[in-house]
Amino acid sequence: MNESQNNRWLHRFAVLTAVATLALIGIGGLVTSHGAGMSVPDWPTSYGYNPFLLPLSKWWHVGNVFYEHSHRLFASGVGFLTTILMVWLWIKDPRKWMKWLGVAAFLAVVLQGVLGGLRVILFKDQIGIFHATLAQLFFVLTCAIAMFTSQWWTRSAEIRNPPTSRDSASPHNGKPSVAGLGNPSAIRNPVPAPARKLQRLFLFTAFLILFQLILGATMRHQHAGLSISDFPLAHGKLWPATDPASVARYNEDRIEITSVNPITAFQIQLQMVHRIVALLILAAVAACAWRARRTGLAKPAAFWLCLIVGQAALGAATVLSDKAADIATAHVLVGALSLATGAILSIVAVRLPQFVVSAAAENALAGSSGAKIDAAGHVSAAHRA
Amino acid sequence: MKSSLALLTAIGIAGLTQFASAGDITGTVTLNGTPPAEREITPLENDPACGKLHDGQKVFTTFYVVGANKGLGDVIVMLKGVPAKAADASTPPAVMNQKGCLYDPQILAIQTGQNLVVKNSDPSAVPMHNIRINPTAPANKDAFSTKISQVQMSGGADLTYNFPAPENFLKFQCDVHNWMFAWVTVVDNPYFAVTDKDGKYTIKNVPAGKYKIVALHRKAAPDGVEKDVDVSASGASQDFTIDVK
Repeated sequence: MNESQNNRWLHRFAVLTAVATLALIGIGGLVTSHGAGMSVPDWPTSYGYNPFLLPLSKWWHVGNVFYEHSHRLFASGVGFLTTILMVWLWIKDPRKWMKWLGVAAFLAVVLQGVLGGLRVILFKDQIGIFHATLAQLFFVLTCAIAMFTSQWWTRSAEIRNPPTSRDSASPHNGKPSVAGLGNPSAIRNPVPAPARKLQRLFLFTAFLILFQLILGATMRHQHAGLSISDFPLAHGKLWPATDPASVARYNEDRIEITSVNPITAFQIQLQMVHRIVALLILAAVAACAWRARRTGLAKPAAFWLCLIVGQAALGAATVLSDKAADIATAHVLVGALSLATGAILSIVAVRLPQFVVSAAAENALAGSSGAKIDAAGHVSAAHRA
Repeated sequence: MKSSLALLTAIGIAGLTQFASAGDITGTVTLNGTPPAEREITPLENDPACGKLHDGQKVFTTFYVVGANKGLGDVIVMLKGVPAKAADASTPPAVMNQKGCLYDPQILAIQTGQNLVVKNSDPSAVPMHNIRINPTAPANKDAFSTKISQVQMSGGADLTYNFPAPENFLKFQCDVHNWMFAWVTVVDNPYFAVTDKDGKYTIKNVPAGKYKIVALHRKAAPDGVEKDVDVSASGASQDFTIDVK
């Protein structure tokens, strides 16, 4: 098996780890949606057992134990995959930064496990917020590793920085890429202003989504159910009353079927900010999709917009369904995908700027050499060696 | 001999006098207004083990137990401002049961220092309940700092709680079956009662005097409705009306 095939398997394993992480976020989402975080009160044991040896009769479809214990088992699996990924990257990937990225992923998953355990044994809901946020960031990291180990990334990076014959860091062992031939002036020109603005817009929007996810995690880990039970109004108004008498009335009127904490003014305000930031994100992602429509990121940006529209619909459905566990969990999952998509787009926009330069602008820059580059950075056939 | 007899007689008379000057406070708590509709506890019905314990019957929340003539059940009625007195060892324990994956009763009142015994009467098809308490009074938190969450297996030993500080609506919940929750009000004197399903209550053997009496309902009056009551040797009567806003 040659090195290229080895790297392909490494890439596939990285993709598997990212997909498994997304599934784990879903299972973790079910834990919080069902209020199951404390259903297994000890850690790292489970009801005194080694967690891999807990009898089926004590967790399989046993109330909330089913969700929490499944989460622990699956998390162990993701930890195992991440460990293999770290070792594989260290041994096989020639790029020093990738080796350390694998170590970072391993440390992150260990920290994530410890945070989850501490949340249980210390009875600290606040730790759950960090646990949820780190889960999202870890997912972004696994997606990034999957991308960085792809042949697409390697080829695209060479368009940006064509390797020389002495460049041993290239996976192609110093052989210049086909795409790098003939257009050195086009590659080495500074990124045009519109493209730089698009880079910044991608980055800003991705961070806005991260902020929104932290808000959402904070809301969910109040364990107070829905602080606002109607949509699009809020307690019948555009902006709900949050004076003590009104909050007391909301609590009095609410007939809860699961054990939730009382509604507070802070939680109501938190949800209102979450709704407003959702609108901002929709506008920002729409702006990204519009500005990127003639670049190499047109389709992914359009996909991102579809995700955000779906996420907004799921947010409304979460309220209108009285926070049905499956809908609320889907909202968490699509949130994770939205963040990862934004992060990946931002990385590509910054590190592979040929994808944010419109084809027209690129061709204008390359005009003197007679070369033509399309929006994906491909050199026209007439100029291939 | 004669002086001992006299002393004994005096003590007896004093005791009888005290007993004779204590009376019962009785009354009825009624609900004014229309409460929100109770909701079906679908997670319980859908649970593979717990659902079967209800023979396919629908199970509803019971926040408002409204009886004849709008009498409101599950209201804690207690005296305020009386000298604190914890229960002694002779006080029988209160009992809360877990049956059909529900707490019974859901609203309970106990005295500081009184034992609360929690039983698990559910069959082995429900392997465990995991009782978590949520005290807010510092002394109650400290007393149970290592026992905030306790597992109780099916057929397992009873769990006993004993709270040193007064606290209204201390929540008990099951972390395995999160539709299970109950509230225990801990009172620092022996003068309290919980209204029955018709809203009626009796607080026994209250020494004659003037008191503040308060009625608390988990939803409609969590901070209580307060009144004055004057107890004579023949007792007193005090009704309450709790409004649903």
